[in-house]
Amino acid sequence: MNTNCFYNEMVDGEQGVRPHYASYAEWLNGMPEEKLAQKRAEADELFHRHGITFAVYGEDAGVERLIPFDIVPRIIPAAEWQTLAAGLCQRVRALNLFIRDVYHEQDILRAGKIPSEQVLDNAQYRKVMQGVDVARDIYAHIAGVDIVRAGEGEYYVLEDNLRVPSGVSYMLENRKMMMRLFPRLFARYKVAPVDRYPDMLYNMLKSVAPTGVVDPTVVVMTPGALNSAYFEHAFLARQMGVELVEGQDMFVKDEQVYMRTTQGPQRVDVIYRRVDDDFLDPTAFRPDSVLGVAGLLDAYRAGRVTVTNAVGSGVADDKSVYPYVPEMIRFYLGEEPILHNVPTHLCRKADDLAYVLAHLPELVVKEVHGSGGYGMLVGPTATKEQVERFRKVLEAHPERYIAQPTLALSACPTFVEAGVAPRHIDLRPFVLSGEDVQLVAGGLTRVALREGSLVVNSSQGGGTKDTWVLEA
Amino acid sequence: MLSRTADHLYWMARYMERAENTARMLDVNHRMSMMPQSPTQQEQTWAATLRIMGLESEFHDRYREIGSDNALEFMSFDESSPSSIRNCLKAARENAHAVRGTLTAELWETINGTWLKMRDFSRDEFMDVGVSNFFEWVKYRSHLARGVTLGTMLQDESLHFIGIGTFLERADNTARILDVKYQILLPAGEVEGGATDYHQWSALLRSVAAFEVYRRVYRDVITPERVAELLLLRVDMPRSLARCMREVYANLQRVRNAHSSETERMAGELESQLRFARVDDIVKSGLHSYTMRLLDRIHLLGNRIADDFLVPLA
Repeated sequence: MNTNCFYNEMVDGEQGVRPHYASYAEWLNGMPEEKLAQKRAEADELFHRHGITFAVYGEDAGVERLIPFDIVPRIIPAAEWQTLAAGLCQRVRALNLFIRDVYHEQDILRAGKIPSEQVLDNAQYRKVMQGVDVARDIYAHIAGVDIVRAGEGEYYVLEDNLRVPSGVSYMLENRKMMMRLFPRLFARYKVAPVDRYPDMLYNMLKSVAPTGVVDPTVVVMTPGALNSAYFEHAFLARQMGVELVEGQDMFVKDEQVYMRTTQGPQRVDVIYRRVDDDFLDPTAFRPDSVLGVAGLLDAYRAGRVTVTNAVGSGVADDKSVYPYVPEMIRFYLGEEPILHNVPTHLCRKADDLAYVLAHLPELVVKEVHGSGGYGMLVGPTATKEQVERFRKVLEAHPERYIAQPTLALSACPTFVEAGVAPRHIDLRPFVLSGEDVQLVAGGLTRVALREGSLVVNSSQGGGTKDTWVLEA
Repeated sequence: MLSRTADHLYWMARYMERAENTARMLDVNHRMSMMPQSPTQQEQTWAATLRIMGLESEFHDRYREIGSDNALEFMSFDESSPSSIRNCLKAARENAHAVRGTLTAELWETINGTWLKMRDFSRDEFMDVGVSNFFEWVKYRSHLARGVTLGTMLQDESLHFIGIGTFLERADNTARILDVKYQILLPAGEVEGGATDYHQWSALLRSVAAFEVYRRVYRDVITPERVAELLLLRVDMPRSLARCMREVYANLQRVRNAHSSETERMAGELESQLRFARVDDIVKSGLHSYTMRLLDRIHLLGNRIADDFLVPLA
């Protein structure tokens, strides 16, 4: 696959502008570039003033930055979305069944569909969760599945983010921004609304409260104001009208979780945590964690509180388990997967490793446990030295890496220095699982702003776009 | 409401109020420094100001001379002093940031926007646009924050804790502003009535937006006793101790919990003493020692509020 022959979301090389972009293209043509620049400046200023920012780790730690917002929307036709949505729900349903299974009967391992050691020796597999029943048997309550398009109707799942996926606040804020900047565009298009998300989330969270709890108290748990996604944590808490708590605000007494309030202790029933497993409970996981609550895991295992996403969900979104998701769908649901997986080489296997080492310049190599675009190699855009350096790392610890062919990510017109030009994009819709599996018609479109770049992560200079799913 | 949330709201309000009052105090000193007075007098004024703010030693660590520019810069911009206007606005913003889920979007924007502007303010710009303009700006932003608070926040506990923070801080600050002027203007209890004095007292009144109020209330010449009465005991004067304590007490009653009765009693006691006190008695027994006792009690009350509702002070 070659990045030069990528799919352009707006323009078809032979037919011209695709039908669902026609009206937008017409509008864009009548729009002077200064006007666009001015609108973008206005957006930046508004985002800054609203404090819609993220903190950067590493260099410049503690500095808050804006995620660049692009004013050209990504438009998805109704029919395509229907397929996508069906595929996403199917996938998340299977993933939940898989997580439940590996912490109970382990049917899928005994059936030999996935090598046992791949799951049970995985760092994300939490033995403490074995035999623990969770409300409604749901583990991955909120999934942020990363999807890329490689061709006409050809969507691939890149990653199933099942731990603490972020970005949904940008989906919501980007829409608000677009409606504010370009109200007239919304007269041209019937765009499916996304603002129901906080309501759906809140209802889902209430629906997974421990059995017997009437009118449950839901909280959002954040690592604190210095976390890169803090804005989102606060945003969701406010949108749902629930408390935003830190570990220090809670304590456990007799296997019951409470938060400290001005009126004394108040019971907590559902914790939408945005803190990793490792930091949740210093007595159960990392003892040096100051973000967690001592005794939380015991209360959780006793079924006195619901933690979303469930402890141990990470075993299913691990990059080394990813290749087996289509198999899970067949095994648990008896269906054929609607969405494709990207062919993946597991470097821990000798054959795969040999192939990967021989084809490094063509492949994308990722850390099995990595995220955020850190510690990865994009073969086609890397220099020779970078490839050779990576080769050494890979040979030393093959088990830590997987490799995939470089996908020709589709590109969407984007307003950059040189005017409107195509840039590569992906898509992260957010799937909620409670009483049923559902999602709002939309998602976060991330865009690699540098020409030719395939890395869309905000930590690596990516931006975002509003995503328009058209109503049928 | 989470105790930590209440704590952040309370401190957000306190720091915003402190920024405003520091601006007020510096502004009056600055205005006075433009009146004919000896360098010693000027130095005394600044020394007293630094002393009452508890910043004397910090200041001397950084500057050799007490001149007007140094003192203004120190209390407006210094990044190491916890009480500089800059750091008050920063702390207000950091507290707001920690609870932005509780604030309305408009309030957060106001406080965040204030800090962003403060951060970009250069010292040259400060001296250039005129220090008075800067103090005006600080006051204006504080007024704006208060207006947005009242105009957009749900009238629940969060507003009550903001109220407690605001009025406890204002009570403290008004007492300090009054005390520092009393010490300078009335050394060793002698009562003077010269023209300089008039300007000094009127500047003090202006610093707490009370000049016109004084005229309306007393319709007479400015005397130190009446100034003290106005700033300490007049319940209808929004920056007086009596008014501030009435607000603190009322808000404490609204948020009371199972173990806050003693705190509430202390606030009520202080409130009623201010309500029934006579300025003659206060002046006779010594205004300085009176305000010092007030400051102690306000401080104690703050500690008790932290213990009962907020995150206890370490």
